[in-house]
Amino acid sequence: MPLPPPPLLDLYRLMLLARRLDERAWVLHRQGKIAFHISGIGQEAAQVGAAFALQRGKDWFAPYYRDLALMLALGLTPLEFVLGLMGKQGEPSSGARQMPSHWSLRRANVVSHSSPVATQAPHAAGLGLAIRLRGGDAVVLTTIGEGSTSQGEWYEAVNWAATHKLPVIFLVENNVYAISVRQNQQMAVEHVAEKAAGLGLPGVIVDGLDAVASYRAVGEAAERARRGEGPTVIEAKVARMTPHSSDDDDRSYRPRDEVEAMKARDPLALFRQRLLAEKVLSEAQDAGLQEEVKGVIEAAVAEAEAAPYPPAEDAAYPVYVEDVRRG
Amino acid sequence: MGEITLIEGLRQAMDEELARDDRVFIVGEDVGPRGGVFRATLGLFDKYGPQRVIDSPLAELSIVGVGIGAALYGLRPICEIQFADFIHPAFNQIVSEAAKMCYRSNGEWTVPLVIRAPYGGGIGGGLYHSQSLEAFFTHVPGLKVVIPSNPHDAKGLLKAAVRDPNPVIFLEPKKGYRLIRGEVPEGGDLLVPIGPAQLSRPGADLSVFAYGMMHHYVLQAAEIVAAEGIQAEVIDLRTLLPIDKAAILSSVRKTGKALIVHEDNRTGGYGAEIAALLSDEAFTDLDAPVRRLAGPDVPAVPFSHPMQDWFMPNTEKIAAAIRELAAY
Repeated sequence: MPLPPPPLLDLYRLMLLARRLDERAWVLHRQGKIAFHISGIGQEAAQVGAAFALQRGKDWFAPYYRDLALMLALGLTPLEFVLGLMGKQGEPSSGARQMPSHWSLRRANVVSHSSPVATQAPHAAGLGLAIRLRGGDAVVLTTIGEGSTSQGEWYEAVNWAATHKLPVIFLVENNVYAISVRQNQQMAVEHVAEKAAGLGLPGVIVDGLDAVASYRAVGEAAERARRGEGPTVIEAKVARMTPHSSDDDDRSYRPRDEVEAMKARDPLALFRQRLLAEKVLSEAQDAGLQEEVKGVIEAAVAEAEAAPYPPAEDAAYPVYVEDVRRG
Repeated sequence: MGEITLIEGLRQAMDEELARDDRVFIVGEDVGPRGGVFRATLGLFDKYGPQRVIDSPLAELSIVGVGIGAALYGLRPICEIQFADFIHPAFNQIVSEAAKMCYRSNGEWTVPLVIRAPYGGGIGGGLYHSQSLEAFFTHVPGLKVVIPSNPHDAKGLLKAAVRDPNPVIFLEPKKGYRLIRGEVPEGGDLLVPIGPAQLSRPGADLSVFAYGMMHHYVLQAAEIVAAEGIQAEVIDLRTLLPIDKAAILSSVRKTGKALIVHEDNRTGGYGAEIAALLSDEAFTDLDAPVRRLAGPDVPAVPFSHPMQDWFMPNTEKIAAAIRELAAY
């Protein structure tokens, strides 16, 4: 089945929502209203492109912590995200047990991940194995940063998936930095995608600042996987336009001119210009979207601020399945 | 009733669970046509095929990590780690992922996974084919840790572990695989619940707590000292996590003395937890200090026989420890 044309306005709206929400998280941190934020600014295009290329509700996801835009595209609400930022009751990933941006969303087939990097990659292979064993043509998307591909967990997972031809897409969001360490101190190859050759599967490089390019690359990998032809490594060249997290200051390790040059290639601004130029989007429509997104975020923040914290005694549960309180 | 070996009990358990539930599958190194290096899965590949009995790459972390992924999907993997000594590459997946999944997702995701691993020394396996490492895992909330000591429990506990909705570390006393024989009912659906310890020999003078291979030796030692007039009560703990506090406390409240035997080394070992429990909750019932007979605090079991024998607790050492405690 050929990939349908990319839903450009949907892609744009979600990139815009993710960006404004992420920016708002930084502000909330500066205001002392949240303790921590880890940002995905500069990586939204790759993420929304990937989400829209897959069948939401059917396919499976094992994401990592920079995937706010991916999660919004999969149905996480802005309120749910802000509840997580604030550690409030009703946060759906972990009941506010985990730090913010440690995703899990059962209703969208998003499995829970942790902080030790690359641990989600073998889970993706296992989901792929389960899909194979149970039949059906669902696929699994797992995401990761380029630094985390140094972990043995990633190699083992990719090797498993390639050996067993499992329906898994290993999307590497290469933003060049692992906190402060540049890619050239992580690996000898110029492109992460080159690692795939040694493991016997295709490695594809895509401009991760372009949502449409990401959409096409992930869509093609998904079709391969659904045909039983196995996994693909996709390296999306993205930008980390912020410090690693709210606890990081990148001025000690990152040249300012590099940051400025990156901002000139802001994926959201580029996409907006393109949609305006192609007359997919009008200035008036854009202004309307900006207002709408602003309103959604204001409402989410207000509601989250008013929401209660979880009761302290919830910290005792659920260690075992027997402890899970339903309903 | 038929008498079988401990490993045959394990094999029957896997055979029956594979037949009962098509979500169950086995994954590990050499588990396929080879039937496992200890032959625990012998014949299962031929019976259930390569989709249900899967030879993995030689990489332990992904045996467990891939198992976790399949469990998240709703399958019931049985992951075999060839020797418990090789489980450490999978430690991150077990401790950071499997054990914490239910808690960290507020119960949204669970990991119904069994990790089987042969453990223990006395088999000439040297440092890296002899280790007992239950204490690493009994420290981890979210895991269950099970160690059978006989064919009946090996079968019944493994079947229960496969059906348990939580991750279960299932440590198998490999020295006892073919050495320990016992009666197991034929037919039926033998389940031994995870949790309760088993009173395996009643006695009035002191309580001895053990599991796995050491429990086998403790029974022999109890028989020897019985001839000398010492009545040792023997408790087979079977499930280490969650701990069966009631069984431990009720025995010590009766006898007033406790000896814990394990081949894992002493410091920070499981015996320390039992000693702490008795100190907390049975202090006034104790007539003697709580004693531990454990492996020495050296890195692991040496290969050469005299050194291996020096390391390993055995029937004679246990009998001596019982006599000493009885005389206190």
